[in-house]
Amino acid sequence: MRCDTGAHSLATVLARVVTFAIDGIDPRPVWVEVDIRPGLPTFRVVGLADAAVREARERVRAAILNSDYEFPARRITANLAPAHLRKVGPGFDAAIAVGLLAASGQCSGDALERWAIFGELSLTGTVQPCRGVLAVAEGARRAGVAGLVVAHERAGEAALVEGIEVAGVDDLRGIAALLDGRELPPTPPPAPASPAAAPAPDAPDLADVRGHELPLRALEIAAAGGHNLLLEGPPGSGKTMLARRLPSLLPSLTRAEALEVTRIHSVAGVGDPGGLVTSRPFRAPHHTVSPAGLVGGGRPPSPGEATLAHHGVLFLDELSEFSRPSLEALRQPLEDGEIVIVRGQQALRFPTRFTLVAATNPCPCGFAGSEHACRCGEHELARHRRRLSGPLLDRIDLLVSVARPTAAALAGPPATFSEIVRQRVLAARERQGARLVDASAHTNAQLDARMVRAHVRLGTAARQALAQAYDRGGLSARGHDRVLRVARTIADLAERDQVQLEDVLQALALRTPASTDHAVAV
Amino acid sequence: MRPFADGALEPPCRSCLRRAWLVARLGGHIEVVWSTRRGNAGLLALDDQALIASLAGDRRDAVVAEYECFDDGAARSRCAASGVTALCRCDSRYPSQLEDLPDPPAVLHVRGDLARFERGLAADRVAIVGARRATEYGLQQARGLGRGLAAAGLTVVSGMALGVDAAAHVGALDAHGLTVAVLACGPEQAYPPSKRRLHMRIVEHGAVVSELPPGAPVRRWCFPARNRIIAALAQATVVVEAGERSGSLITAGQAADLGREVAAVPGLVTAPLAAGTNALIADGAQLVCGAHDVLELLFGAAALTLLPAGPDERVAGLEQDLRALLERVGGGHDTVAALASDGTSVEAVLAGLAQLELCGLVRRGPGGRYTATA
Repeated sequence: MRCDTGAHSLATVLARVVTFAIDGIDPRPVWVEVDIRPGLPTFRVVGLADAAVREARERVRAAILNSDYEFPARRITANLAPAHLRKVGPGFDAAIAVGLLAASGQCSGDALERWAIFGELSLTGTVQPCRGVLAVAEGARRAGVAGLVVAHERAGEAALVEGIEVAGVDDLRGIAALLDGRELPPTPPPAPASPAAAPAPDAPDLADVRGHELPLRALEIAAAGGHNLLLEGPPGSGKTMLARRLPSLLPSLTRAEALEVTRIHSVAGVGDPGGLVTSRPFRAPHHTVSPAGLVGGGRPPSPGEATLAHHGVLFLDELSEFSRPSLEALRQPLEDGEIVIVRGQQALRFPTRFTLVAATNPCPCGFAGSEHACRCGEHELARHRRRLSGPLLDRIDLLVSVARPTAAALAGPPATFSEIVRQRVLAARERQGARLVDASAHTNAQLDARMVRAHVRLGTAARQALAQAYDRGGLSARGHDRVLRVARTIADLAERDQVQLEDVLQALALRTPASTDHAVAV
Repeated sequence: MRPFADGALEPPCRSCLRRAWLVARLGGHIEVVWSTRRGNAGLLALDDQALIASLAGDRRDAVVAEYECFDDGAARSRCAASGVTALCRCDSRYPSQLEDLPDPPAVLHVRGDLARFERGLAADRVAIVGARRATEYGLQQARGLGRGLAAAGLTVVSGMALGVDAAAHVGALDAHGLTVAVLACGPEQAYPPSKRRLHMRIVEHGAVVSELPPGAPVRRWCFPARNRIIAALAQATVVVEAGERSGSLITAGQAADLGREVAAVPGLVTAPLAAGTNALIADGAQLVCGAHDVLELLFGAAALTLLPAGPDERVAGLEQDLRALLERVGGGHDTVAALASDGTSVEAVLAGLAQLELCGLVRRGPGGRYTATA
């Protein structure tokens, strides 16, 4: 909009443009107000802007001049409101430039109520794609804006949000033409791919695996119940290879989940820009990752690996090599499914509902319990055990040892195709969903102690076996619940309503020890 | 427990206490000789003056001065303060077995009930020694031997080291038997420190002994010196797991020199920790598969009739398929993959192993390998 406050020479002109700032992974509406009044020629940007936003002045000036518009030689102030919100990144360029054009009468300000504008400008005046377009489109719909102008490369991503008009533009002149009504909005980009589409043909499949019957069984249980899994085995035994195949066993993302994952990945600038993420994320951070890199943080706070793995799999290879603070930081995400980062007066929430797969050597040299001799000293072993014990292990339901397959197994038949296992997983998840329809949990892994008692019904023999294990001291109270959760999933896979003895026994054989005393010499 | 008030009772006599002090005092010097010559053969057999002369070097005058004004009252009160009884060679209760050594310790410092220690020495004694970094198999065997021998009324002697030694003590304690730990430092300290709880249990239910007085630190030469006491105290020494150049082989050699029986538990020919034990067997050591073999070695075949015969009750009560599974575990099929290779489903193997584990018949070890505990 454009307001002339008077006809005489001291008149000031004002334009207001709607755009969005990304706060964590959430969009917040920002109004760019441009004020032009007589005085010494200056151009200021105010409103808690970071370095990238202040640099917008230079980009906007050059873009306007190079697009053959006039840059008013007057006193120009651009205000980003609300003033308390910290504005980050280059996405405000286009909005500031358009506000300046509208305020100086070089383009029509009448359509500015209908369109939100989001994009970075190059010095030549072209509109560059920037991160977080999907989040901005969701914010625009929520704010009740009719349409969104973005760089045409990102129009497809913005169009994933229904109920909002999207215009993909090339440059500043394109935006002006749109606002002047000279040019119709470009035809909407093709409909987004459905998330139910088949997984990518080059995705890792179980059919590539030979041998490893036990770890494959554990992967199936982990996928069916959403359980966290620890793979233990010597180097080169195939732990990473197995972990990479877990996403292929998980149910497809629902549309809502796919949008959430796409929004996070778009804000973080990972993956292919422009389309809907259809496969479950698999994130494998290196063990030197910092706590902030793992769970999110920094200034401004950005999502970490745990959030990038939301609705997917977080794989921690060489678990014992991760720093203690990093592993400690994972507790809240594992417990609550989200991480809250508090900075000054603001608290940001990042969702972190992932399945954790961790891999570790049985000892620092990796060969304890294998055909090679272990060469670790007592202190190294003790350090290794300390790293692995503790709160993180409490959140891992399944422990499975991975041994190098024998030559006979390598020559043998391959494992089942992922799709066949996935059908069993889907059926098991359906049974869980039906049972947990009123509960806050969606999978067996999310059952808390109270829900375990309510939802896991045991047969008599199963109850006795569990009591026996508990009395023998091989189980802690927490471990007891973990075994019950896993047994419930095994029964779901076997399509049983009641948990039977064999389910409990299998769960016991796959339990994580109370401490990692299995690697301890007396 | 403080049987001796300060200086109220004799012995321990002054000269023996002084000798024990001197060995500890010269510990650093012995260490130097030991690390350059890789051995301290004969050093401990020297008399006090010769020991000072050959070791003290520049410090000789200072050591002689300290030696001359040695305060035996202070040494006694140090022992009393740390609950240690000093048995010197002039004491009638000094273990006569140690007299067989060419260099018997002047004083044996005992932590724990003295009457219990004497009872332990009066019974038949077997030493169980082996590798610190033992495998699950070695630990099982050591524990099993300790348990079996203690249950048969024998005293288990070992060095409380990590691995096999500790497992042997634990087995004996589990069977409520007597066990004696010989340490390479003062008997009031737990070495290695991670065995603090085991140290406390042995002090309570057995005895911890050392030739070194309270406060003496651990040095490398103390281990072979400690081994000679283990070898001398026991009638037979059983080596459970030992590499090619293991300290346990030193103990076995010392036992053989003293005319004691030497026995060894065999292992896989490919296992590095079986190289030492298999070599001992090849050299004529008695092959030991269980406590009954040790009893037969000590008392002849007649002893075996005293032992309960027949299979374990727990095993007898198992269903057919579980018993078959247990046999396969015992036969070296120790991973789920190996157990499932005969066509049994992984699910069935897992369930069976869990059931056997519940009955206490198998244990899950590192690398997901199962071992039979029976």
